[in-house]
Amino acid sequence: MGIQDVSVGVIVNGKERCAEVEPRTLLVHYLRDGLGLKGTHIGCDTSQCGACTVMLDEAAVKSCTMLAVQADGTEITTVEGLGTIKNLHPIQQGFWEEHGLQCGYCTPGVMVAMVALLKENPNPTDEEIRIGLEGVICRCTGYQFIVNAVKHAAKLMAEQNIEIEEVLS
Amino acid sequence: MIPAKFDYVRADSVDQAIQLLQQSDGEGKIMAGGHSLLPLMKFRVTEPGKIIDISRIAELKGVRIEGNRIIVGALTTHHELATHPIAQELVPVLADAASQIGDIQIRNRGTIGGNIAHGDPVADLPAPALALEAELQIQGDEGQEVMSVDGFILGPLITLLPENSVVTSVSFKIPPSHTKSTYLKFFHHASGYPVVGVAVVAGVDKKGFIDFVRVGITGVGEVSYRASSVEKQLLGQRPTETTIQSAAELAIEDGEMGSDLFASAEYRANICKVYTARALKTVLL
Repeated sequence: MGIQDVSVGVIVNGKERCAEVEPRTLLVHYLRDGLGLKGTHIGCDTSQCGACTVMLDEAAVKSCTMLAVQADGTEITTVEGLGTIKNLHPIQQGFWEEHGLQCGYCTPGVMVAMVALLKENPNPTDEEIRIGLEGVICRCTGYQFIVNAVKHAAKLMAEQNIEIEEVLS
Repeated sequence: MIPAKFDYVRADSVDQAIQLLQQSDGEGKIMAGGHSLLPLMKFRVTEPGKIIDISRIAELKGVRIEGNRIIVGALTTHHELATHPIAQELVPVLADAASQIGDIQIRNRGTIGGNIAHGDPVADLPAPALALEAELQIQGDEGQEVMSVDGFILGPLITLLPENSVVTSVSFKIPPSHTKSTYLKFFHHASGYPVVGVAVVAGVDKKGFIDFVRVGITGVGEVSYRASSVEKQLLGQRPTETTIQSAAELAIEDGEMGSDLFASAEYRANICKVYTARALKTVLL
């Protein structure tokens, strides 16, 4: 008896996506090869480096260690869903202005992980940022510029919230 | 790395999961968060023919108190456990150990039921589970049964879990209110796995004598264990540097030290005693 494909329905970066995939398809492969979203990288492929980090219903997860079918029914955000070239997400703005990257390989995973951190903790200390970075590995920056970038992003997000509150009031 | 081919089916209830296991002729394997199983499948260390996904079964979720025990649903993630107010208040050593597993991405997916049913010798949770006299609620062919965590894990990835059964929850005994606790681990820096992890729950009575002590040790060998010799030696003693130091010497008596690329058996024996002493001092002095 052959293996039956399984259906996967997910909302990726706000867009509904449905597909029939082999059960063994990893989420990272579905995102990259199935949907063409190559921003999510594959690094170690053993759930250590975090280059493949995406947000699944607002929680950071490693997409190399999930089957695509396990994500069925969830909402996923990849780096492509954060901002656009004309309208960068504060985390992208922060990484740009504070030079939070060198080679850039780990950057999509790091940024997504940090967006998840900032959702839970909008004003993290240096130490909380460093603890939050435990699941991602960067071999270029030595992390200090990443910490600066995240702090910068937190500040931008706080300012944006103040602006929104002012408009609303 | 891509796993070998398998069939996938999602179970909507525990009964259905057991039925699917029965029908799978030994090819079926339960998957919850998949954070222990999927890495092994990617390495093709294991190649189950059918994955039975239990991650959506609502009855396996949640944390509650029942008598003197805390019942943790098998699908509770490490992050949920680490941040759960009931766990933090009544069994802080468990919440603390859960917060030290892997990293946040892993804690968002890995589950307590999967962690213990998997029987990984370098898992963190068996240490606090042993110190809190944990029991597994298991549902199988023959109905429900309860098994102590002590003795459940027989060897690397080998457990007493009967065929065609599912761990539905793990319960932990709430220690007396005058006790304190800690989980202390020395970990391999690349993997985060404990080379040794020691959980201690202990307290002294009003006269200053140790009247409660539980020590669970993980990571040092193929099987995590309760350090009963240390407990026996300390019970009824006054907690001092000397009594703790001499009791910690017995930390290797009830387990077998393993040897691998990261640490020799001799090194593990030494660090096991050192971390047992440190954990005991943190709690008792």
